[in-house]
Amino acid sequence: MKSLLAQHHELSQSGRQLQLLDEVVQSAAITPFKEKLKTLGFYPLKPTGIDILQINVGKLCNQTCKHCHVDAGPDRKEIMSRETLEQCLEAVRTSGISTVDITGGAPELNPHFRWFVKECTQLGVKVMNRCNLTVIFSNKKYNDLPEFFAEHKIEVVSSLPFYNADRTDRQRGEGVFAASVKAMKLLNAVGYGKAASGLILNLVYNPTGAFLSSGQQVLEAQFKKVLHEEFDVVFNHLFTITNMPISRFLDFLITSGNYESYLEKLLAAFNPATVNGLMCRNTLSVSWDGYLYDCDFNQMLDLKIGEGDAMHIKNLDLNYLNRREIIVSQHCYGCTAGAGSSCGGEVVK
Amino acid sequence: MKTYYNPEDLKKFSNIGEFDKPLADKFFSWYGDVFAEGALTAREKSLIALAVAHAVQCPYCIDAYSEDTLAKGCTEEQMMEAVHVAAAIRGGSSLVHATQMMNKVKELTM
Ligand code: SF4
Ligand code: SF4
Repeated sequence: MKSLLAQHHELSQSGRQLQLLDEVVQSAAITPFKEKLKTLGFYPLKPTGIDILQINVGKLCNQTCKHCHVDAGPDRKEIMSRETLEQCLEAVRTSGISTVDITGGAPELNPHFRWFVKECTQLGVKVMNRCNLTVIFSNKKYNDLPEFFAEHKIEVVSSLPFYNADRTDRQRGEGVFAASVKAMKLLNAVGYGKAASGLILNLVYNPTGAFLSSGQQVLEAQFKKVLHEEFDVVFNHLFTITNMPISRFLDFLITSGNYESYLEKLLAAFNPATVNGLMCRNTLSVSWDGYLYDCDFNQMLDLKIGEGDAMHIKNLDLNYLNRREIIVSQHCYGCTAGAGSSCGGEVVK
Repeated sequence: MKTYYNPEDLKKFSNIGEFDKPLADKFFSWYGDVFAEGALTAREKSLIALAVAHAVQCPYCIDAYSEDTLAKGCTEEQMMEAVHVAAAIRGGSSLVHATQMMNKVKELTM
């Protein structure tokens, strides 16, 4: 499967996505997200501080999952340069940020990945890496990633949309489930997911279609049981997330005729209690070319913080960032439905 | 839409309180408790609901509990097995009455 960009698909344009979201909100008489926040007294949405720097080190990926909000894939060439990575390190050094969350694409495909991880761990910050598991087998040179992760004690967060091959492969590609299980076994072998090791392997579940998740606890128990009993693999926690109505998932919603009803579902499930814990409030997201965004979703919709180079990682201005207004639009309903959704799973515990 | 069943009406279910709020409130509160996690898990209850929806042939409930069982992490296989259970009981409950028919036939015939 090609990325939307390589297909010259209209949804590869962020402006078109935003326009379509506005259109459906109008036609289905859904309250615009901004208005919803206003009526509840949460607008403008402000940061609570910047604890996490989420760095998208590139859109290159060995997979082309159907729900990917990054529109990542083997045909995407955007990769964060060494120079920008150094600017990120400098920002971490000077800002008091406690966690670096590395994402992509497949982060490990960035040629500077290992160097960057080492530098981050030397700074004493917590490092999380969003590993798609199959990357470990995409080339021999990645086979030792589990040992590398363990050596640097980084937290591994891996997507696994379901506990069986059928549903996982339908979303992420033929053979992905089997390869993911194989990768989890390697991670388990070096200590990941085992209580005593202190090495954390968390899985991320997202619904394989136009429905919402029913809750982290229940699904975690099911995943743990089936993965352990049937495949002999273990992990620490399951984060359940909601599919964002953008990019490739938006394409799925439109082509499957679920678009309007999905937005209605998100609105109907709006939960004001999620607003306090929205990830945009304590996370800053950096794109492959160094620009700053409120979150990875705003990044993919090209909703930059500020203007020009002022809001580039090389010019990190914490004063401004802490006072800024977070940019919200209709896609934000994806973060506030039910127990809420963020990179760390449910928002309301 | 000129049909007896309109998918849009499912969303209006909670509006039944318009004509009798106290009874509707009681129903929805009880309904909520019925489906809460209990001696049976919410997931098991959702599968039972899916099966019953087929037995009573309610298209609204079939839609609602197809989605709910998906959301609760059930597999397609589990969902179809639940429907077969409903079908087996429906079939069986007709067939078991055959004993009444047989009794009657035996009573009437030489
Ligand atoms: S593995 Fe992640 S980044 Fe790669 S295509 Fe799938 S969802 Fe996108
Ligand atoms: S998409 Fe979610 S995290 Fe991003 S700005 Fe909107 S509410 Fe915040």
